[in-house]
Formats: sequence, C-alpha cells, structure tokens
Amino acid sequence: MSESVVPKIKKEAKGVEESILKRKKPSLRFPIRSLANVRYLEKEGYFEIRGRKKERTLTVNTVKTFAQTLRMMALSKTLVETDDIATKREAYYVSKNWDEARFLEQTESDTVMDDVEALFEVNREQLGFVPEEKGGDVAGNLIVIDKDPNTGKAIRIDCTKFGSGAYSIPISVEDLGFETKAKFILVIETAGMFQRLVKHGYWKKANCILVSMGGVPTRACRRFIRRLADVKKIPVYVFVDGDPYGISNIYRTFKVGSGNAAHINEFFCVPQARFLGITPQDIIDYKLPTHPLKEVDVKRAKDALKNDPFFLGPGRARLELRYRRVPTPEDRTPGEIPALRKDFGLVRAYSFTSSHR
Amino acid sequence: MAQPQLKRIARKEKLGRAGKKAAPKPVVRLTAHDLAARQREISVSEFFTKNRHLLGFDSPAKALLTTVKEAVDNALDACEEAGILPDLLIEIGEISETRYRVAVQDNGPGIVKAQIPKIFGQLLYGSKFHTLRQARGQQGIGISAAGMYGQLTTGKPIRIISKTGPTKPAHEFEIQIDTKRNQPVPVSDRELGDWHVVDPTTGEKSTVEHGTKVELEIEATYKKGRHSVDGYVEQTAIANPHAKVSYVAPDGERHEYARVAGELPKAPLEIKPHPHGIELGILLKMLHETKARNITSFLHAEFSRVSGPVAEEIVKSAGLPLSMSPPKAAREQAEALYNAIQAAKLMAPQSNVLSPIGDELLIEGLKKQVTADFYAATSRSPAVYRGNPFLIEAALAYGGGQLPADELVTMLRFANRVPLLYQQSACAITKSVVSNTWKNYGIQQARGALPTAPMVLMVHIASVWVPFTSESKEAVASYPEIVKEIKLALQDVGRKLGLYIRRGLREADAEKKASYIEKYIPHIGIALQEILGIDDKRKEKVCATLKDTLERSRKNE
Repeated sequence: MSESVVPKIKKEAKGVEESILKRKKPSLRFPIRSLANVRYLEKEGYFEIRGRKKERTLTVNTVKTFAQTLRMMALSKTLVETDDIATKREAYYVSKNWDEARFLEQTESDTVMDDVEALFEVNREQLGFVPEEKGGDVAGNLIVIDKDPNTGKAIRIDCTKFGSGAYSIPISVEDLGFETKAKFILVIETAGMFQRLVKHGYWKKANCILVSMGGVPTRACRRFIRRLADVKKIPVYVFVDGDPYGISNIYRTFKVGSGNAAHINEFFCVPQARFLGITPQDIIDYKLPTHPLKEVDVKRAKDALKNDPFFLGPGRARLELRYRRVPTPEDRTPGEIPALRKDFGLVRAYSFTSSHR
Repeated sequence: MAQPQLKRIARKEKLGRAGKKAAPKPVVRLTAHDLAARQREISVSEFFTKNRHLLGFDSPAKALLTTVKEAVDNALDACEEAGILPDLLIEIGEISETRYRVAVQDNGPGIVKAQIPKIFGQLLYGSKFHTLRQARGQQGIGISAAGMYGQLTTGKPIRIISKTGPTKPAHEFEIQIDTKRNQPVPVSDRELGDWHVVDPTTGEKSTVEHGTKVELEIEATYKKGRHSVDGYVEQTAIANPHAKVSYVAPDGERHEYARVAGELPKAPLEIKPHPHGIELGILLKMLHETKARNITSFLHAEFSRVSGPVAEEIVKSAGLPLSMSPPKAAREQAEALYNAIQAAKLMAPQSNVLSPIGDELLIEGLKKQVTADFYAATSRSPAVYRGNPFLIEAALAYGGGQLPADELVTMLRFANRVPLLYQQSACAITKSVVSNTWKNYGIQQARGALPTAPMVLMVHIASVWVPFTSESKEAVASYPEIVKEIKLALQDVGRKLGLYIRRGLREADAEKKASYIEKYIPHIGIALQEILGIDDKRKEKVCATLKDTLERSRKNE
C-alpha cells in the first residue's frame, strides 16, 4: 500500500517517450472500472478486478485526453515528491494553468484522475489526491491514536468524549492506532439514526462503536472500519434501509467494494461485515408497514439481480439479502428505518444485542 | 346601384319612427322605370377607382412599389420583344413626405404616337391579354392604373416621352384619364425632335435614339428594406441578368446593377390554348367568335395539340355531326363537346415556348447581389398545369458570413422574372419550401417554418399564364402540379447544398484535428519533461517526432 507511486509514473512516462521516439503511437492501458469487470471472491469476501483493460492510443482524436492524462500524472508526481495533497477540486483548478489542455468541467478531471489511479492500481491518496467529502462519524468505546501533523507526537482521541457530537474519520487512516474493548461495531446508513442511538447512549448500553456512513460509505470510512475490525478482531454489523439502495448500493459497497474502485477493493471493503436490518423477506414474513416502491428503486433492484456479481455469486451466501423476486411498485416496499423505528427497526437492533454471542 | 335607394328608404323609416306614432306613411317604392333610369354601365376605370386595393394601391408605400413595378415590367417586356438588351433608369424623387415623382426610362423600341394615349390612358388596353405567352404583364391594367392613381391622388397627368428610332422625332404627351368613359384625354402633345437627357447624378448630357420614358407624380411613402422599392429593384436585377438597371432612390443614392448576361433570353413563343386548360364558358365564347365553318376545323384551328383526325374523333365521341357549325354547337351541344374534349387523349402542350433564366444565369444573378460561399441552381424541364405549360427554377446562395446564420432563410419569389414581394405565406412557393425536409441537407428547420440558415433561396416560375391568387399578382396559386415541380427543384438544389455542407463539415473536422495536434502536443512534451526531467532539446525532439507521426496518420485516415 505505501509503496511510492513515483517510479510507476516514471516507468509509464518513459514508455510513452520511447514509443514516440520510435515513431510509434504510444498507448496507455487502463483497467476497466465497472461492475462488469469485477468478480466476487466468495472466500476472501470482496470484488476483485478482472483483467479487462481499455487501451488509449495516442491518435489525433485522443491527443487532448492523452495530454491531460500525462499532465495529471506529472501533477501527481509533484504532489507525492513534495509530500503535498490536492483535493479533486484543487486538481481541477491547477489544470486551469494548462492553457488549451485545461479541463472545462470538474467531472472531466475527476475521470482522468480515476483513470490514472486505476492505471497504477493505487488509491488516489497515494497519488496525492484526496476527496472532498467527509469520511464518516464515530462515537462509542474507542480511542483513536493519531499524530499531531506538525510535531508527530501521538494524540489519543477518546470517542466517548464527544457528547452529542462525534469523531470525524480523517481522509487518510493508514497510520491510525486503536484501543478498544467494544464488543462490536455498528455501522449505520443514516446520520439521523446514528444521532438517535447516540442520544439514547446506546453504545454504553451495548458496549459498542457506532459509525455513521451518511449514504454510500467513502473509501476512508470503509478502510477505517476494516483496519479497526482487523486489528481489534471485532465483528461489524451494518444497519441499512431495507430498500434496493440500502442493500445493493450501500451494504454491497461497504462489504465487497465497488466497480469504480475495483483495483483497490481488496483494501477498501469490510468483508467481515454482516447485514443487520430488514430484508425484503422480513416484510412478507412479518407483514411490515410499507410505502410504494419508486420506479428508480425497481430498476436498481432488477439491475443488481442481473449484473451485480455480489448478488450473482456462486455460493449465494447472502441469499437472505437477495430479493426473492423483483419487487414491483404495486408490491409496496420495505419501509425505511425511521418509519419503523418503534415497531421493528430498533426492536430488532436491541434484541440483536441481547442475543449476541 | 340599388344601394342609395335602400338607404333612402331606411332613412324614411327612421324618420317615421322618430315622429308621432300616427299612421305610418306608406313606404315609397320605385317603379321599374325609376330603376331603369338609374341603371347604367359602370366604367372599368370607375370600378378600379373604388377598388384600387385589387391592383396593389392599398397603402401609400405599396402604391410607390406598384407604380415602379408596372413601369419596369412594361419597359423590360418592350425591350425583350424588340430584341434589345434593356437599359433602365429608375428615378424616384421626393416632392414631400407623402408625394413622390416616379420616372422610368428604357431603351426599348418606343411607341408609335397614335398608341401612346391608349396604352397609358385606358385600362384593359394592351397586347398581352389575348395571347398565351410568357410575359411580365398580362392584363393591360398596370401602368394605366398607376396613372389613374396618380391622377386621383395628386391631380397630375401621366407624362410620356417616346422615340421609335434615330430618325424619328420624339413625342411628349401628358395624359389624363376620363374615368367614366375609360378614355384617355391628352392634356398636351408635343413633338420634341431630338430627345436630350441629363444623367441625374453625373449631369452628363446625351441623346436618346429610341426608348420610352414614363413619369408620374403620386401620393406615396418611401420605406427602405426588402419589401420596398429598393428590394424590388434589386430582385429584378437578380432575375434579369441581361438587364442593366440604374436606380436613383429618393434619398439621392444611386444603385447600379450591371448586366451580367450579354445575350437576351430566348424569346418566349405565343401558343394557342390547350383544350384541357379551357373552361366551358370560354369554350362557348370561342365557339361564338370563331371564323371556322365547322366544329372540326374549329377545334383544329383554335387549339394547340388538336390535329385534324383528333378533332374528328372528339366531335364523334361528343355525338355531334362533323360539319356542325360552331355557333350552333355553342347553343346546343357545347357541354357534350366540352366533356368529349376533356376525355380525349391529347399531347401535352408545347413546352419549348417558355424562356427560363437558366441555371448559369440564375447563379450569376444571385452572385451579383448576394455574397456567399456556395451557389447552386437548377432549371427544371417544363411541365403542365390545367393545359398551361410552366417551368420552375430554383437557386440558392449559402454561407459566407454576410448572411445571418440564425434567422429564417430569405425567400426570393419570381413569376416570369418579376419579383413577388407581398403575401409570401399565401404563395405556393413558400408552402413548398416549408413542406420540404431541409434537415436532409444539414439545415435546421422548425416544424411548419422556413428553414433557418445563412441562405437566400430563389424560386422562379415561368409560364404562359402564371396562376396568381389575386389580381395584384403577389402569390402563386397552389396547383398540385406546380407544388410538385417546385419541390423537385428545391430538392435538386438542396441535394447540391447538402453535399457542400457535408464536405464543409469534413473539412472543418480535418482542420479541427490539425489544430488539435498543434494545441495539445506541447502539453505532452511538458508533462514528459516534468515527469522524466528530460532537457528542452529532447522535449522538442519528442514533440516534433510525435507531430510528424500524427500528421502522417491523419493524412492516411
């Protein structure tokens, strides 16, 4: 993980230069970052990238993107060598100095950045690029050991001491240390649910660590929990809405990784995570209150059942998570957690803790 | 004529009601004799005095245009008939904001002295109404109506100078029209001998060998723009590349439209009517007026495309005796004859009687006035509607930076070389342009609208009888045969334009790619230098080599 990316950048650049001088058209080969190019490793528990690559050959039509890719690589090399960082947005603004080669929209620079990341099969933090979004919130029986950025002195952060607030997961979590006696980590989809559990002092009652993802978990969030769970050998439970988004986007990304980050899923997923929440089958079995499913949700569910290797895995180990059939709008869907908190959601969370181990 | 009478009765009833409610007075009724005393012939001139909008004098701005148009139409027709390349001088002088003096001078054959008063002072007097031949004027109303309009609005007579040859004396007339009798009244009549003219701009003096000058003073307003006299003169120059036109606008500005064709257009031929284009009423009239002794020779003599045997066949199938005298047939069996004519298989009318502008001159004409990148033109073969031969020509000018790119195309419509400026949307030409699918040629077009492009689109219909939607000759009627031909012509020029546009797109694409190479290769050099730390010399070498490689591959594409 921590191996420097600079030699890799130099090697690719050298290859390009040599091709040019041999009067050949240079090309770069990028792994394809999509669910279609990953396989689900049942035993290891994560998405592994498959070999499919796209080749970007320098032609008249691709000369602009090619130039931008090389300049992005040069920017990355400078950042890494000077131990600096730039957010995706900052990188976009740096490109404004590139005259004709500048990006017109940030989405363009993000795509090129993602390509470079995949090209070297590294995490974008290793390229000196950091995301803008927050990693996630933590509360509960955990002490995080971080370093003072200036003095390098260790800092102990007690996650029980944030009152009604929370500790914010930093962007880079590789060097953090942990101290905890908690029995499990409870990862929650919504900030609202997280706050309610904090308010009720649930982490004290259950002796656990609460983490709020705030939607699809960031890489930092996934990596933080993975390291914490690995180092401290404690189980992870994920509590998401029982709808297609909660199950096939949030839970799946958390547990096995995503298509976009296919080349680094191995490190940025939490295979030991277990699903805690309502399954579609629960709704039928317990006759739970529901509200109509949106068209986009139906599409998402169908798509997951058709294309997502996690739901197509050979062992079908997560069978309980699969929709027994594709829901339709008439079907009514699982209520989201807040609607159920009195009747079922919390009940299940509480009863789970009393019966656990 | 009964109208005033009714009014009077109505007034009486009113008075009756307003008065005491005593016994109503008996309504005064007129006897047939009273009415007969009021009934009289309405002169044509009187009729048009009251209905001047029918002839294009409905507004002061349009009156100016119509006056110029009628004078110019006559001048061009006269020159062409005499085989003279036309030289026209059009002068419009402002007398006051609402009064203008129009003068049109040509180098035509001139008019013999005896005819001048009738031509300019009598409505429906002309050489063209009784013939079927492609000409600008048709009815013989135009210039005399303009004269009458001038007389009505300013009281000034129409002034004519004409000279028929170098050795003949020039004559100057001033003519008024007796609107009741439709008769010209010469106010003055002078023999000039030599005809000296002074150029209005240069002051140069010269003598005219032959030609005619018409001068009128009318109530009018002058506006600039496409729908004005300016636009009319300009478009006339486009459609008549064989004419030299000098135009002095009311503001004193002089526009010169040079002659771009050194030859006169082919002279159009006169033809007899084709039987399929005739109506029963006309047939009756012809039967009455013919000099032929029997209906068989009548058909053969009065119509085109009816040979002796064909005429016999028609008469037989109408169940009439071959030797029947035409006036008798008119009384009794005209309808049977009419139906037999319609059912008979006849050759299409002669089509070589028309005189097209021709695609080369269409383009020359357009080039003269419109600066563009691309020109295309097509001149279709003649076709027939209702027994009348006609012919469609289309031309376009596209691109070039001077034409507005995001506006509807400019339409130029012509009928027998005369620009049509009004009633664009009612015209078969416009309808055909709108219903054509311009997107096929790479041009934008909103549904139900003219296409949007930097383009001037010109359509010309030439016919022995152009079917107009009204007397003021502003819009061509939508006969299916005409619409079909216009569309075929438009598609022809459209396809040529499509090829040009696509070629342009390809070239633009190639240019863009070339500039891509110029723009982005330096960045590849910069990036490689930053990453690999190579020196400037090596960087330049990398850039030059890469540029060469890409240029070569682009050319091989």
